Formats: sequence, structure tokens, C-alpha cells
Amino acid sequence: MDLMSLTAVELGKKIKQGEVTVIDATKACLERIKKLEGDYNCFVTVDEEGALKQAEEIQKKIDNGELAGPLAGVPVAIKDNMCIEGMLTTCSSHILDNFIPTYTAEAVLKLKEAGAVIIGKTNMDEFAMGSTTETSYFGATKNPWDVNKVPGGSSGGSAAAVAAEEVPYALGSDTGGSIRQPAAFCGVTGIKPTYGRVSRYGLIAYGSSLDQIGPIAKDVTDCATILEVICQHDDKDSTSYCEAADDFTSALVDDVKGMKIGIPRDYFAEGIDEDVKNNVLAAAKKLEEKGAVVEEFDLGMVEYAIPAYYIIASAEASSNLERFDGVKYGYRTAEYRDLHNMYKKTRSEGFGAEVKRRIMLGSFVLSSGYYDAYYVKALQTKALIKKAFDEAFAKYDVILGPVAPTTALTIGESLQDPIKMYLGDIYTVSVNLAGLPGISLPCGYDKDGMPVGMQLLGQTFDEKSIIKAAYAFECTREYKRPDALTERGL
Amino acid sequence: MSKTFETVIGLEVHVELATKTKIFCGCSTEFGGAPNTHTCPVCTGMPGSLPVLNKGVVEKAIAVGLATNCTITQNCKFDRKNYFYPDNPQNYQISQLYYPICRDGKIEIEVDGNKKFVRIHEIHMEEDAGKLVHDPFTDSSLVDFNRSGVPLIEIVSEPDMRSAEEVIAYLEKLRLIIQYLGASDCKLNEGSMRADVNLSVREVGSETFGTRTEMKNLNSFKAIARAIENEKERQIDLIESGEKVIQETRRWDDTKEYSYPMRSKEDAQDYRYFPDPDLVPIIISDEWLEQIRANQPELRDEKRIRYKEEYDIPDYDIDILTNSKKLADIFEEAISLGAAPKKVSNWLMVETMRLMKEHEMDPEDLKFSAKNLAKLIELVESKAINGTVAKEVFEKIFTDDIEPAEYVEANGLKTVNDEGALTKTIQEIVDANPKSVEDYKSGKEKAIGFLVGQTMKAMKGKADPGEVNRILKEILSK
Repeated sequence: MDLMSLTAVELGKKIKQGEVTVIDATKACLERIKKLEGDYNCFVTVDEEGALKQAEEIQKKIDNGELAGPLAGVPVAIKDNMCIEGMLTTCSSHILDNFIPTYTAEAVLKLKEAGAVIIGKTNMDEFAMGSTTETSYFGATKNPWDVNKVPGGSSGGSAAAVAAEEVPYALGSDTGGSIRQPAAFCGVTGIKPTYGRVSRYGLIAYGSSLDQIGPIAKDVTDCATILEVICQHDDKDSTSYCEAADDFTSALVDDVKGMKIGIPRDYFAEGIDEDVKNNVLAAAKKLEEKGAVVEEFDLGMVEYAIPAYYIIASAEASSNLERFDGVKYGYRTAEYRDLHNMYKKTRSEGFGAEVKRRIMLGSFVLSSGYYDAYYVKALQTKALIKKAFDEAFAKYDVILGPVAPTTALTIGESLQDPIKMYLGDIYTVSVNLAGLPGISLPCGYDKDGMPVGMQLLGQTFDEKSIIKAAYAFECTREYKRPDALTERGL
Repeated sequence: MSKTFETVIGLEVHVELATKTKIFCGCSTEFGGAPNTHTCPVCTGMPGSLPVLNKGVVEKAIAVGLATNCTITQNCKFDRKNYFYPDNPQNYQISQLYYPICRDGKIEIEVDGNKKFVRIHEIHMEEDAGKLVHDPFTDSSLVDFNRSGVPLIEIVSEPDMRSAEEVIAYLEKLRLIIQYLGASDCKLNEGSMRADVNLSVREVGSETFGTRTEMKNLNSFKAIARAIENEKERQIDLIESGEKVIQETRRWDDTKEYSYPMRSKEDAQDYRYFPDPDLVPIIISDEWLEQIRANQPELRDEKRIRYKEEYDIPDYDIDILTNSKKLADIFEEAISLGAAPKKVSNWLMVETMRLMKEHEMDPEDLKFSAKNLAKLIELVESKAINGTVAKEVFEKIFTDDIEPAEYVEANGLKTVNDEGALTKTIQEIVDANPKSVEDYKSGKEKAIGFLVGQTMKAMKGKADPGEVNRILKEILSK
């Protein structure tokens, strides 16, 4: 039996039934990582010793009945922008390449309480700025479907690790599509919860008003199960939603009869690949066949989402990243004349090109004389985008569309042209601006056999509807692991 | 003919709020403590940490706003002020620019009997920074984040003051209001109240303002007064010699009585203020506001009126007593324990003032309890001790807050009320001092003072001087 091909919930069940021990599962995971890391580079840190120690403790707790949840004993990988006490946490940046936090992010704590075995930290675009995981200081992550392709980003390490079966599930974070797009590029499933659902405490901020932690796994059932664990109110995060977590798994029913699904025409206009378009529309057809009422509509505001997003996210990032200054933790330049020189050299040497670009953009739009013209206007645009979605959700339960205009790009392609990379975020960023939940799941393949993802969006705090629609669709097809793995006998 | 100038002054006053915990985390605000012991991931700017607003800070800021006749912004927000400095762990300070919690207030001041209003532009909440400590041994600077995140309010006045006297009157008034509210102890020397002075001069009668400078590092009322005089002269000299005043921030050196420029407007920083996305807007409901309004304590002006009505003490005493929340509290508590207002006032106005001066203390530093003062007054009233002993006992109350009855008992200070014993002692003194007796009898009334003194000495001070006088006169008239 290949443990690593199981979903998190399947593996959890076997552990609970005593068929598999937590140590076995952890060892299987660690062995697989060892075997594949050279090819894919999904991890920044693999904590072998710590994972085995946790495995023993968790097994004991399972044996004496203290832990009985569906994820007890199942290994997990955490995106490297979430703090874990005592474990290197780098944001895939040189400036934090020696940073060991003194505390653990709330979402990770919730998983630990549920009995998760933390295997290590996954690679990402530096400070989550990028859509390809190529801006990492620790090198690019490769797509398990084709090592010449990017896994998407910024949670590329998490998505690729799940697709390559290096870990049953992972946590990612999504500021403008960073869970949904890599999930789509790697043929796995990911949820970006409603803003405020998951505590951001311990998540190293990129765009604070947009960031949200969420699961990446092989299927909808896993994602709903993980979500149930990590969605809890947290007093340490002022933006945390006050209500108790929903029973998301209760939405795992194959029934979409009468569900109203809207398809934004604007998402299928210029720039979208034919293969992506056809697969997504075919998926909508499948849901229609199951009894959903599917209808096209004009969402509006789509062309304003990218400029508004890059202004707001960069503005917040320029401020959020000020704390990385060489004074308290992280990298400090070796030689400097004075304080100002230390700041300048540390930050020049410590940050990569994409991060610097966004810090400059963000600093510019907040500067006196430009604040009203850019930042305030972007906030107004954000409000209008939210309004456009509110109007849509007055008519539809769920909005269905593509995750990205293309499938995974070739490595190196978008680094040449950042604007092209930014435009690839067109279907995902507006969801963050509006604070909505979105699920990304595979719905087909392009002519080269690369996975195509579709996205289901819901009204704020209505994760259940998108889980339900996604689950119903998922029931129409089999999970497919990357052909490349099978071909290579992995 | 030389022109006449007037000074135009506005103040930015920072006040540290007396909350137990910091503004955005649960760390203690207690002063002192080993470096970096009152810290956590939030107030040291660790990656991933998030601020959570301390409700007590909002309540205190509102209380100050209400007491200074401000309009409360019922939907206010925090903004980030971005600048790099090592004492600022996030390299941005969480403050309020766009929607400060209080606006458009005013307070009345009085200088030489002339009353006027000073308008308050706004009051906003913000966090304090850490402290840089230079280590001469390693020639490096270290940062102590214990103060980082201590809550502050900044009270920004309109440029309504025209002299150092008005500035001091305004600051005194603010200090009293805030102390009465219990919102801060307002100690300039410890930095819990800090004032920056914005000053410009203009020809009398001019409608427009001159170019202003901002003066920092003013650690006492005296320093503020000196700095104002100095800066006023400096600006007038510049203008009269045909030069221009440069808009800049200057630092006052009180020992040299001289200020020097810190930074000019040209290299002024762009703080890139924007709303802090980590904090949600603060919604102050009508109910919450009313609740804070209802809980406002009696402020000084009200207290003065009430004292005048309720207690038979001079206006001067009322002024002094109400000039410190601490003194007024002791005064009222002692009265509530049954002491006569006049007596309590006397102890506070005379002995307490004397000892405070001797110990170089502020009224706010007083440690003794009203209870022990009230008991002492009772002991004097019941003639259990005489005035001289009472003063001695009060000194012990002042320094160690001792229980007076126990102390008197333990030290045998009780007045001897045994007339027989007293008469016997006086007879002995009279017998031993025939010269003085003769003097007295020959009309030198003063000589009796010597005999009383000798008696008190022999009685080790434990006699009632009135009683001694009476018995002595009786004996001498025989």
C-alpha cells in the first residue's frame, strides 16, 4: 500500500483504525521527500527529527484516546511564511534566512492541537510576492507535472508538495490567488477562506487586508476537513471573525439541484487560453447536468482589479516589510558605516528584485501628493468591486470561472515580464479585494496534459456553498496524479 | 522706532496613559524593569505578530476629550506613520492621522486674573517607542523595548497662546484635568507628560502668522518658560536683522539655555501615513460614550466651587489643595473620617508643604494615608498629645505612614494629664529658678516663658502647654 497516494482524511482513517502508525506515515512522508526534493525543491526546511518526535507523542495520544480527529497523526507541510516556534521561518528570503521564531502561528497551533505532524516548511515566492515560486531565495520549485514548468505561486512549494505526494496536505496563504493558482497549476485543490476566517496571527504579512491562510490538498473533502480545524476566532487577530467555525464537512453532499451558479462573461473575454476556457465551461455543463441552474452574467469592474490590487497590496507590503531592517533579527549586512548605511545595505542585499519592486511601488503610492490619486482611489475601487460581487450574489449562490488565464508557465518566462505575471492574477485578485471565499479545483487538462483549474466563489462566510458545488463536481471525475510521477515509477 | 512683536504659540503635548497594559498587547506598562522584560512578539515587532487594541486606552482618551470639551469621533481609526529608527521595532508607529479620537475642544486658562480659552485642535492615540541605550564599553547602541507600545495621547492645541505664562497656565490646567481623571500622573521630569512648543512671532496687529519652529526636549515648566523666551528673542533678532526664520525642529539644551536645529523642513520625512489594516475601525457607541461621561470624576473647577460652599477655609487654601488631585483626595478622605476641614487643611497647608519642600517632593508623590492624618488630628483634639508632639508624630506619618496612636503609645508621648504630678514638677522648677520668679514678679512677663520651657523640658514635652501656663500662674500669684 502506498501511503503517500492517500488523501489526508484516508490516511487519518487508517491511523485511527490502527492499520498505520503515525511513525509509519511520518517516515513514508520523510522518505518520499528525500527521494523527490532534488527534482522539485518544494521545501525550505524539512524537520525530520522534530517530525519523528511529534509522531511518537501523537501516537501515544491517539492510543490513549486524547486525539480522535480526522487529521490526527497525518503529516502536514506549512508554507514558510507562517511562524513555528523553534523552526526556521524564512519567507523564502535572504533577509530572514536565519530567523527562528519564538512563537507559533495560530493556524498552525490549531493543526497541532488536532494532531498534525509538522514535516517542514514549503518554498514560496519571496514574501509571497509572485505567481510562480521563482522569486524564492532558495531557488524555484518545479511543477511535478512537468519540471520545466512553474508550480504557480506564491504557495508553489505547498501545492507541488501535495501534487508530488511528498505530503498529504499543506497550508498555503492567499493574498491575490497564492493558494488557488498554484493548486490549479499543480492539479490539486485549495481553498482561500473568507477574509477573517483564519487567524493571521503568526502569518508574516504581505498585504494585511488581503492575506488569508488556507488548505491545499488532493480533494475537496480534505480541504473542508482542514478548514474546520483552522477556522476559529482568535483574540490575537483584530480582523478575526467572531462566530464559531462552521461544520464545513456537512456541505460534502453530491447535490446541486436548484443551486444558482453564475458565470461571469468578463472572465472569458480576451487573453484566456482556449483549453482553459473549454475545460471550465465543460465543468459548468457538468454541474448543470446535475441540476444546477447555470447562467452567464456581466460581473463588471474586472479590468480594475489588477491595478487596485497591486496598489493596495504593495502599499501594505511596503509598510509591513519595514521591520526587516537588520536591527532585531534576520540578515544584517557585514560592513556598514552608520545606521542609515546599515539599513540601506541590509535591505538592498537582503531583498530580491520582485520584493524591492513592490516596496518601491507601495512607497510611491503612499507618498504625499500621490496618496489620494493612487491609494485612496484603489480603496474606492476595492469598494466598487465588492459591490459588484454583492450584486452578483443577490442572484447566484456561487460564481464559477477559471483560476488563471493559462495553465502553468514555463520556468523563466514571467521573470522577464513582470506585467505579464501580474496580468495572470486577473481572476483571483478581485476575490481578495472583496474578501470572499474561493475554492480552486482541477477540472481538466490542456493539450500538453497540464492541469486546468476552475474556481468557485461564494458570498462572504458562505464557504459551504462553494464546498458543496466543488464536491458535486469532483464526484464526476477521478483524482489524477501527475502523469510524470507514474511514468517515472514514483 | 523698533517694532513691537507678539509671540504665537501652539503646543503638542504627549501624555502617557496610566493603563496597566500596553496599547496593543498584554505587556506591563510599569516603569523600570530589566531591559526587554516587559516585551512580547507584538511590542518587539516580530514578524507575523498583530496588534489588538486595549479598550482602556480608548476610554481614557475619551475621558480626556470630554473634559477638554472635544467632539468625540465615534468612528475613528488608527494609521501607520512610517519611519525608520531602531527604537521603533516595526519601523512604523501606530498613530492616528485621518480620524483622531477627539477634535475641536477648548479649555479656559487664567493669567493674572485674565481668562481666555485655548482651543484644542485634536487629541489622538498612539504608541510609544522603545529606548536606545548606548553601551560605552562596546561602543554600540542597544534597544530596550519595555516602553515600546506604552499608550500615549497627543493633545494638539491651536496657536492660541501669546506668552510663556499662558503656556504654563495651559499645561497646568491640562495636567490637573488629566490627573483628576486618573488618566495619567503627568510627570514632566519622568516623561509621562512631554510638550513640544510651536512658536512664531509677528508684528502686533498682523493678521498672518510668521514662520514657526518646533522646540523639543523640554523637561520642566521652567525649561519651557526659558525656551519660549529664548526662541522668541532669537526669532525677533533674525527678523530685525533682515533675516528669515527657517521652519525647523529645534532641540532645547536647558543647561546651556540654548537651542539648536535638529532638522529643517527641507529634509522633513514623508511618513506615508495610511490606515493600519491590522486594526479594525473603533466604533464608539452612544451608550459607551454616555457611560464614560457619567463616570467622569469631579474636576478641579467644580471642586473649587464645592469647597467654597462646603468648607470654611480660605480661597488661597482651596487653590493649593485642589492644585493637586492627591492633596484634594487626602483632604476629602480625612474629612470623611470625621476630621474638621479647617484642621485637615492646616496640616496639609503648613506641615505637609514644609516637609514636601524639605524632601523635594511633588504632591503626587505623597505616600501617607488620610486615615492616619485624621487619627492624629483626633489625638490632638482630645488633648492626648500636644502640638509639639503632634508635629513630631506627623513627620513619622509623612515618611512612613505610621499609625499615630500606636506610635504615641510605644514612644510614651502621651500628654501627662495628672495635675498633681504636673503641679509638683512646676513647684520644683519655680523653686530652682528664684531669679526668673523675681523677674516675673517685678513685671517682666517674658520670664514666664522660660519657666514654661523648663517645665516642658522636665516633662519631656508630654505636657499640655496651656495647662502648664495656668498652673504656673497660679503658683506665682500665691
